[in-house]
Amino acid sequence: MPADFISNLYVFILAGFVGFELIKRVSPLLHTPLMALTNALDAIVVVAAIIIAGRHETRFTTILGAIAVAASFSNMVGGFLITDRMLRMFKSGRSKQS
Amino acid sequence: MNAFELRQSLDFAYIVAVVLFILSLKFLSSPASSRWGVVAGEIGAGLAVIVTLFNPEVVQYRWILITLIIGAGVGIPLGLVHMTAVPQRTALSHAFGALSAAIIGVAEYYVGTAPVTRFEMGEIALEVIIGSLTVTGSLIAAGKLQELLPQRPIVYRGQNIVSLTVLAGALGLAIALVVNPAQAMLFPIMVIVALIFGVLLVTPIGGADMPTVISLLNSYAGFSAALLGFVLNSKVLVVAGALDGSSGFILSVIMCKAMNRSFTNVMFGAFGQVQAAAAGAQEERAVRSATPEDATAILEAARSVVVVPGYGMAVAQAQHKVRELYDLLTKKGIEVRFAVHPVAGRMPGHMNVLLAEADIPYDRLIEMDEINGDFPQTDVALVIGANDVTNPAARNDKSSPIFGMPILDVDKAHTVMVIKRSMSPGFAGIDNPLYYLDNTLMLFGDAKQFVSAIVKELSGGH
Repeated sequence: MPADFISNLYVFILAGFVGFELIKRVSPLLHTPLMALTNALDAIVVVAAIIIAGRHETRFTTILGAIAVAASFSNMVGGFLITDRMLRMFKSGRSKQS
Repeated sequence: MNAFELRQSLDFAYIVAVVLFILSLKFLSSPASSRWGVVAGEIGAGLAVIVTLFNPEVVQYRWILITLIIGAGVGIPLGLVHMTAVPQRTALSHAFGALSAAIIGVAEYYVGTAPVTRFEMGEIALEVIIGSLTVTGSLIAAGKLQELLPQRPIVYRGQNIVSLTVLAGALGLAIALVVNPAQAMLFPIMVIVALIFGVLLVTPIGGADMPTVISLLNSYAGFSAALLGFVLNSKVLVVAGALDGSSGFILSVIMCKAMNRSFTNVMFGAFGQVQAAAAGAQEERAVRSATPEDATAILEAARSVVVVPGYGMAVAQAQHKVRELYDLLTKKGIEVRFAVHPVAGRMPGHMNVLLAEADIPYDRLIEMDEINGDFPQTDVALVIGANDVTNPAARNDKSSPIFGMPILDVDKAHTVMVIKRSMSPGFAGIDNPLYYLDNTLMLFGDAKQFVSAIVKELSGGH
């Protein structure tokens, strides 16, 4: 078992607990925007895609990397955009009157 | 800066990005601070993307720039879809997220720098299987939500055996690859089998179970990204994937609890068949129906009204008319609140987004546990396009397929009015005793048209 695996496992478990505590506190009102936002954050996979597409190894891996860049970056852009559009709509009774 | 220092500064930037991601979710704990969550997430993601372009491994930029532009070109319209299309857009984005994670896993396998060890092979195989089944599963879910595919559960004899055999096939191929990673031939077969399993997994699941399925797919997409982080030894992916995966997992648990069902029951549920049997045992019973005029008179005489929205309101796009109704009643001094069941609609929080879109203040949207105690003191419960989540059989009929599911206790209100197209039980097929109660009035018609008629009466009639 490589040493990196253990350190990654630490990070994974700790991040999982942090995620659990954070998500538990998100109001059910915002569950749809939550899913859109975590989708956008998950699109950070684009950084791995950029490296594969830019590494110039074989044409095949470059093509795969390029598809992955497009797919994940569209999630990133679209995810943040729609999350913000949704959250903008949530107004409390007080702010509505002002 | 030498290569080592450069790499360290990249890692430092990724740590900043991870902190911003965690803050981003923290800001979402209240609607007031929530928009800062988007800002924090955007800064973190933007920073990570920009510093990655300086990674010394990146030597050619042409394809990166072209595909970033294509990604933005696809992402912007997908970010601007109409609010009613949010569930299918979400399913599609699960597919995209899983696609990129799976594809990078495939590329890692074929990258010829170093021979893949058994351990790495195991990581890659697991990552690619989860990613691939999420791609096709999410596409099927999106197709169902967009109504390109039938929303009813598609079931056939021996389905679970077939599905599990296919899954076992994919895992068997993965094991064979771990035993000998050099069997390159098996790798694409494993990917195809996993893709097929994704189709088989979601096809039998009906529209009413979509909130759970979409949350589960969210969780799979997240965990596949985290696994990819293990494969590539990238902590930023491990963290982002763990956050996304745990979020989807928690939402699935909440959805399952709100339906009193287990994961296995949703995924391999005999729900479809049980419902079909229940529908057969229906008998003719008398219901009382009312006209928009009657309904208006009852609403005007009320002091407190609770509106219960469901998928029917979303389909009819009645939320803006409901808002007009809310405004008119509120102006008359009537207290109007909205009771939102966790699984109302097609994804977690679906109703809240539609009502917020119609400008209804969020402090009027009340969760099930909070509002259920208030129904006995409520004059009118107005059910708009919701069915199973109001079914009292869940409370008192042990033979009902939804017995034990927590429901909104609308039957305890003084008067219940149900806007519904007809008495047909819909594809869920469960008869709802609510409709036959003495204090229930059926308002037959399209949700949008019926609410419009009430609004017209309320504003013009007097």
